[in-house]
Amino acid sequence: MATTTSPRPAAPPDAREAALGRGRPIGGFELWTWVFMRISGLLLLVLAVGHTLIMHLPAGGVDRINFGFVAVRWQSPFWRTWDWMLLMLALLHGINGLRTITLDYVRPPGWRFAITMAFYVIGFTLMVLGTVIVVTFDPTRWGPIG
Amino acid sequence: MVTAADVLDASDQARPTIDTIPLTVRVRRFNPEVSEDSWWDEWTVRCDPLERLVEVLHQIKWHHDGTLSFRRSCAHGVCGSDAMLINGRNQLACKVLAQDVAPRVTIEPIRGLSVLKDLIVDMEPFMDGYRSILPYLINDSGEPEKERRQSPEDRHRYDDTTKCILCAACTTSCPVFWGDEGYVGPAAIVNAHRFIFDSRDEAGRERMKILSEKTGVFRCRTTFNCTDACPRGIEVTKAIQEVKRAILFERF
Repeated sequence: MATTTSPRPAAPPDAREAALGRGRPIGGFELWTWVFMRISGLLLLVLAVGHTLIMHLPAGGVDRINFGFVAVRWQSPFWRTWDWMLLMLALLHGINGLRTITLDYVRPPGWRFAITMAFYVIGFTLMVLGTVIVVTFDPTRWGPIG
Repeated sequence: MVTAADVLDASDQARPTIDTIPLTVRVRRFNPEVSEDSWWDEWTVRCDPLERLVEVLHQIKWHHDGTLSFRRSCAHGVCGSDAMLINGRNQLACKVLAQDVAPRVTIEPIRGLSVLKDLIVDMEPFMDGYRSILPYLINDSGEPEKERRQSPEDRHRYDDTTKCILCAACTTSCPVFWGDEGYVGPAAIVNAHRFIFDSRDEAGRERMKILSEKTGVFRCRTTFNCTDACPRGIEVTKAIQEVKRAILFERF
């Protein structure tokens, strides 16, 4: 049987790879922020709801929270870690939410950049301040408790 | 001898009488040569309750106002030319019956694309998104002697997303696309899905790279507007989620 067609030679791989951008990675920033939003959302559900149940609902509610209460509570590294994680995740989750809203609804590139940067700066500042307080808080430096 | 007139008479007698219904059609008009702003026009016509809205528009264009402009090609729900915002929902004018909207229907152009005239929008940004995801079979393993064979199971994997007719009803119902034309939109992702999950295609990874950029699948907020809008019943949001998952697990 005579072969009327021979297999079509494949396109040179270099040209095709360049055309298809094989160098770019799959995933990247958008993938990871998307994954982060889901994981942090689940963690925040536990951390924030737990925080509300422990701090706001028992008898006295927020009225019983004062310097002494915090001083006693933060003697435990567990609660310091809890509060620090709550702050970090809430800030990152919230700032990333604002970033995506900006991406969705702010069209001029200059404004988009400026607003996103403002959110980053605010978020970073709050994260640093919060971390400094959680790490360095020492009630004895503030005089007698109560 | 039977004359042509007799035949016509006979067919007239055989034709059942149609009880027509009144239908008021309100259309958002736009013509940049007339006005910078859009305006509303309203016509009340009598039509067969089983007539499709595209035919009612024809009736208006042919007998009331020849300047009314809209796209349609096949007029039978296959070509995807006549997607319009009908009573606030993206639908094909050729798949909506007069009786479903009587006595009154409001028709606007699909949203998120520039209106050129009346119900005709500039589809280029939509097509740019479609073209960007390489919507064609890529297989460099050499040409097979016969067809590229595929098991029924492999064919079934992407069956739903082969149904797309590129009418843009989904993409122009998406709030993310309204905000940013750069977003590739649901229709482009549906067509990427059609090739990513095709066992004969070899460029799934390239499409996933394109779709993992800032303009890609991770802009989706799963509002399900696209799934509701699709005149072909494609589970659009599900397809988008499957592409997200494929990108995620490609990394692990």
